[in-house]
Amino acid sequence: MVSEFKDKYQLVIIGAGPAGLGAALAAEERGVKDILLLERDYFLGGILPQCIHNGFGLDYFGEELTGPEYAHRFIDRIPESTVQVMDETMVLDITPDKEITALNRHQGVQKIEAKAVLLAMGCRERTREAIKIPGDRTAGVLTAGTAQRYINIEGYLPGRKVIVLGSGDIGLIMARRMTLEGAEVDSVLEIMPYSSGLVRNKVQCLDDFDIPLKLNHTLTRIEGDKRVERVVVSRVNDDLEPVPGSEQTVECDTVLLAVGLIPENELTKQMGIELDPVTGGAVVNEQRETEINGVFACGNVLQVHDLVDYVTEESEIAARAVSEYLSRRRKKRRKKIKLTAGEQITYVVPHRIDYVYQDKDKKTLKLFLRSSVPVEEAELKVVDDRGQELISSRKKIVTPGEMETIILPLQFLDEDIEELTVSVTKASQGAD
Amino acid sequence: MKADIVIIGGGVTGTAVARKLTEYELDIILVEKEADLASGTSKANSGIVHAGYNADPETMKGQLNIQANPLFDKLCSDLNVPFQRTGSLVVGFNQQDLETIKQKKENGDKIGIPGLEIIGRRRLQKIEPHINDRARWALYAPSAGIVSPHELTIALGENAAQNGLQVMLENKVEDIETEKGALKAVVTNRERIECDVVINAAGVYADSIARMAGDEMVIRPRKGEYFIFDREYGDLINHVLFPTPTETSKGILVTATAHGNLLVGPNAYPAGKEDLATTSGGLVEIMKGAVKLIPDLPRGGVISSFAGLRAAAPSEDFIISPSPSVWGFIHAAGIQSPGLTAAPATAERVEQLVKGYYPSERLVKKDDFQETLPEKPHLYDYDEGDLEDWNEYIDRREDYGEVVCRCEHVTRGEIIDALHSPVPAQTLDAIKRRARAGMGRCQGGFCGPRVVEIIAEELGISPREVTKKGPGSEILQEKTKDLRLKKKTADKENRDNQRQEGKYKDPAQDAAKNAEQDAEQATEQAAEQDTEPKTEKQLQQVKIESGGADGE
Repeated sequence: MVSEFKDKYQLVIIGAGPAGLGAALAAEERGVKDILLLERDYFLGGILPQCIHNGFGLDYFGEELTGPEYAHRFIDRIPESTVQVMDETMVLDITPDKEITALNRHQGVQKIEAKAVLLAMGCRERTREAIKIPGDRTAGVLTAGTAQRYINIEGYLPGRKVIVLGSGDIGLIMARRMTLEGAEVDSVLEIMPYSSGLVRNKVQCLDDFDIPLKLNHTLTRIEGDKRVERVVVSRVNDDLEPVPGSEQTVECDTVLLAVGLIPENELTKQMGIELDPVTGGAVVNEQRETEINGVFACGNVLQVHDLVDYVTEESEIAARAVSEYLSRRRKKRRKKIKLTAGEQITYVVPHRIDYVYQDKDKKTLKLFLRSSVPVEEAELKVVDDRGQELISSRKKIVTPGEMETIILPLQFLDEDIEELTVSVTKASQGAD
Repeated sequence: MKADIVIIGGGVTGTAVARKLTEYELDIILVEKEADLASGTSKANSGIVHAGYNADPETMKGQLNIQANPLFDKLCSDLNVPFQRTGSLVVGFNQQDLETIKQKKENGDKIGIPGLEIIGRRRLQKIEPHINDRARWALYAPSAGIVSPHELTIALGENAAQNGLQVMLENKVEDIETEKGALKAVVTNRERIECDVVINAAGVYADSIARMAGDEMVIRPRKGEYFIFDREYGDLINHVLFPTPTETSKGILVTATAHGNLLVGPNAYPAGKEDLATTSGGLVEIMKGAVKLIPDLPRGGVISSFAGLRAAAPSEDFIISPSPSVWGFIHAAGIQSPGLTAAPATAERVEQLVKGYYPSERLVKKDDFQETLPEKPHLYDYDEGDLEDWNEYIDRREDYGEVVCRCEHVTRGEIIDALHSPVPAQTLDAIKRRARAGMGRCQGGFCGPRVVEIIAEELGISPREVTKKGPGSEILQEKTKDLRLKKKTADKENRDNQRQEGKYKDPAQDAAKNAEQDAEQATEQAAEQDTEPKTEKQLQQVKIESGGADGE
């Protein structure tokens, strides 16, 4: 088969969603030649093209865009760039030596060698099974993202009377979308005592449409013969266990599940790369580089982000790192620094700091983290292994639903530090 | 319409019987009330080929288990069904368990089960590194194995269809007509079929069918719940692991599936004939039971749960016998465990009974009976190493280069094959059972919309008519807007062109082209039978006519 494609590239990026697109363009800007972008779908942009609501880009572009608009800010630049795109291509395997086996209609099964690999496969939705909802296995149970694709890409309504489980942003957005398309949304259930979605989404998607949000509630049974006919909704106690006697039956024909996202790291696992059990993404250093030299990861495959804007930001971090790796400009620290999730923190990305930087007085490192519980009047702190507080910042509230960041000036990192612990606590009294 | 024999029920028993009987020059129709074969007990069980040491040779189920186990290697190889003789272990924790294990070995040795051994802790831990530390003994049975139960059922049915069986799906039997103690016709919601012989292989409904002919029978379904884990965890264990059964409980087993998933279950509770619901208590119970064997079971790795019914008769044995009241009516009922294992021998038993109703000169074996089912290509079979060999298929048809189900690596080509197989898949679940699209960790979240689109395009129906498992389970409710994606339109045109060029002929034929010579003859036959394109009318009727139907 004759092909415009080569069998060797400086950089091969797996996935042309926002992370892959952003990284490809940013890497090119930083002088990386020879970039191949592999995409399994027939369109670019990942999940963005089906996210036709607005609210994207406020942070990165300073204006409010829809998902397709946000994606096209990048897609439209691809033809003028040197980045080559191979779409409808599934990566089946990557070896630790960075040999990629990919498959598509036109080139068939092919091997591609890369100097650097950037993993940008994104994430998938958790299913009914991930949360083990008992009952019948009928039609009409689908994830919110699948419903979104049916409506926004295919043009079909998958249900008429709907209950939504999960009040993360996807659940909220889809409750509104189903309503706008003519379905009746009974309610949105949330097992936690708080919504994990953005406040603006709760207001704009539920309150404005009079859709009830039932906190501390979950689905305990799905019933129906061929299709969903009714579900049982129960209140949960503090241990998130259903309270006997609180069951209510709701007649509906569709259950939308918005119960979380899982980074799609099957290829990463195949390569033998260690994953963080909390994020579900690879363990990386500050360059977003995995344990394997020259294999990087960014976007939702690394950690599920709240906003696509943060994905873009991370794609630029990774792109810069790739260019530094390819031009061999990096210098290792004498001692690696391990970053530890301390009190009330579930995870911190990056997991370690491996390199030293020139003009470090001017440079900073952004740490991404999530708290394990909501904390009001919170103090975020980074402490080194000698017990010395390097930096702290205050926030009115931090919640598990919103990713937090701490900007760490690199000049604080002297060469003897081996561990940093990040924590969030209630700010001590009188600090106001 | 007319036939010689009508088989009621498209489970593993019905299809095994069908395959056996299509060896003869007989007109045979199989009727199934659901939208696909393997839609009842045969799709939701442990998938174990039992060694047979449990068998009481005085019982029918015991005898058939012993007879059938050795048949699986050839059968599964002929039909391209995944089967592995992994061996099984009955794991014991205390002295009482050891006594039970000894009894089982003694029984097994007596009835000739090969290679039974009682192994101690050290060897057990060596061959099953993840087994509970407290396990002290195990009965090792090397002849036990695992098979994909729905694939076996479908393959038996498809092979029978290749040999002339007519499969009529969505045909629910409503009456059995008799006249002066002899069989006259089977009446379904769609057809009346006059016939000489009827085989009642109706699973949990076998008693209802028996009563239609005036026979007394009781089937009391027992429900069992299961968890299935990501393929990632299939190699956690190496054998089928059973706990030692006690007076009160058979216990929860842990096994790999033939496709490398991990499966745990079942429990057993009396249930209604349509009760396939999982319960929160039941799911907790099976997980607890499984953890007793494998403490570090990856609980977060569950990708699906389901429940299946076992069609138990009060005698706790199979009922394979001629009806006492109606000439020509044969029961193959009460098929509980080990019904899957026993199926090939059950078929032979039924064959003997059928012979009782025909003069021997009437029962002529076909000289062109095809024992093998042409192999259908599956990308996942190439995942370990020899991926580049897959190019051979893409050269033939580009569709084999388009991955639709990313979790299980299923291509458009494989889905199209399933849609045109000898018993064509027509629903999402049917595609899942034949091609594995949607069987993986995202459970069809990503590929669902694309499979719906492919089914609609191939069958020439609206996406709104595509169902999960037959009428009433439509995926989409209404069309909201016309979305025309240029790319998709172009792709479809491209495929239509290729169809005209003949690249989309019967995929079974296509796939078999480079198969062994002996398969070639079989293939031509298959092609001959399948050249008639699947017309829309046929599809709307959801009546699949294959092979012999042409002669009608």
